[in-house]
Amino acid sequence: MTAKAHSLYGPLPQPDPVSQLYWDSVRAHAMRLQRCIDCEKWVFYPRAACPHCGGVSLEWRPVSGRGLVYSFTIVHRAPSPELQEQAPYIVALVELEEGVRLMGRLVGVPVEPGHVRMGAEIVLEYADVTGEVTLPRFRTVHTED
Amino acid sequence: MTVGKAAIAGVGESDELGVVPHKTALQLHAEASRNALAEAGLTKDDVDALFTAGLTTSELGEYLGIAPRYTDGTHVGGASFVIHLGHAAAAIAAGLCSVALISHGQSGRSRVGAPMLPLYGVNQQQFEAPFGLPTPTGAYAMACARHMHQYGTTHAQLAEIAVATRAWAALNPKALMRDRITIEDVLNSRWIAWPLHLLDCCLVTDAGGAIVVTSVERARDMSAKPVTVLGHGEHHSHSMISQMPDLTTGPGVVSGARAFEMAGVRPEAIDVAEVYDSFTFTVLMSLEDLGFCAKGEGGAFVSGQRTAPGGSFPLNTQGGGLSYTHPGMFGVFTIVEAVRQLRGDYARAGQSERQVRDARLALVHGTGGVLSATGTAVLGV
Repeated sequence: MTAKAHSLYGPLPQPDPVSQLYWDSVRAHAMRLQRCIDCEKWVFYPRAACPHCGGVSLEWRPVSGRGLVYSFTIVHRAPSPELQEQAPYIVALVELEEGVRLMGRLVGVPVEPGHVRMGAEIVLEYADVTGEVTLPRFRTVHTED
Repeated sequence: MTVGKAAIAGVGESDELGVVPHKTALQLHAEASRNALAEAGLTKDDVDALFTAGLTTSELGEYLGIAPRYTDGTHVGGASFVIHLGHAAAAIAAGLCSVALISHGQSGRSRVGAPMLPLYGVNQQQFEAPFGLPTPTGAYAMACARHMHQYGTTHAQLAEIAVATRAWAALNPKALMRDRITIEDVLNSRWIAWPLHLLDCCLVTDAGGAIVVTSVERARDMSAKPVTVLGHGEHHSHSMISQMPDLTTGPGVVSGARAFEMAGVRPEAIDVAEVYDSFTFTVLMSLEDLGFCAKGEGGAFVSGQRTAPGGSFPLNTQGGGLSYTHPGMFGVFTIVEAVRQLRGDYARAGQSERQVRDARLALVHGTGGVLSATGTAVLGV
């Protein structure tokens, strides 16, 4: 079950029958997430039924790719020797405009606490980590103050 | 209602704690269980209910030579054992069992013997692990960072907890880390995952702990002074940190309110608190969630070494997971220590510095996973 670690990130994701469409959309650099037709809420991570209302009518829709930093950590002691070579690095939780929260690396800022702001705007981008696997990644948007 | 029907009749630790590379996890279980049963004046043949986490009760029962008629393997991380205590009290009140053994043994440091059943599943593997988040540390760091942002909680306030806990550990010969530390020591220790320094993080050790629970009536006739289970609660809200509804408020809000309500007491009435300290932040947030202070005021609450020996709020009085022992799941040790404080064991042993005077009511609170699950209990004598 544990995938081999690779040089860029951590263990590679192992898609399942429900999440395959999600990972395919990320691979295509056009993330799609589930949205419940019954309660109209977005769902992350992909599931067989809506965790909000229990409905089973879920449709796949593209996301805007915009969001805000909800929290982050700067990893100094990484979970594997391969990852330790990249440390320190930022892992963030981002709230997409659609109202779901997901995890990813945050890039585009110096890796220091003072340079990352809670609530900072981000755009979703894609990191092709192997020939077959792409991971979502967040980049901070520099706005005029 | 299970209020006041069940009591803890014995508690125990493994014969050795800390760095124990010559003993398997099951051996640590066996030692702790034997010690807890001996304290109650019982043997393994008296046990008819078995509780553990991270291991099947069948594997544990076979090893110990116990064939129970009531079992519970609830496994939600370090909170599990406090949840087991509530379940055991309820089962005893319902007449489903008479002597319950809650056992834990873990070779977290030396990794000898059976590994724990995994706490994080295929979804964490798919949606978090690929980004290099160290679990659980990185998850607690994210929650801590959000709390600092939202409420102005500072590194120095978090360090107060590490310093006070170490001061308690200095009084405990079984604690792994006994040299006193200062707030500066915590702040100058290396980053593990910002905003958590090394000294904000718990130890990784080898240890076992066990509890014997029976009816209040039966406990009265046993060797040790009974400690009554007055209230208990449990709750879990998520498994992965990315799915935690609000990073600054944990499931303790629910489990704590339920335990206090069942016991019919308010937080102010508590004489001694044993609150799972996987990280300094875990304690700070738990104190808020349990109602000892308002949300966001945890930093101010622990300031001025309030939780240290001699302080007005005795907390984690054996040195906690931060300085005493932490084999991976710590919850059982919160109960062991609360029971010893309530029975006045340390005063009797001539260790008056460690004894919280006139302790009649104790609060135990376990947290498991990534702030995912909690179990709370109010105990009294």
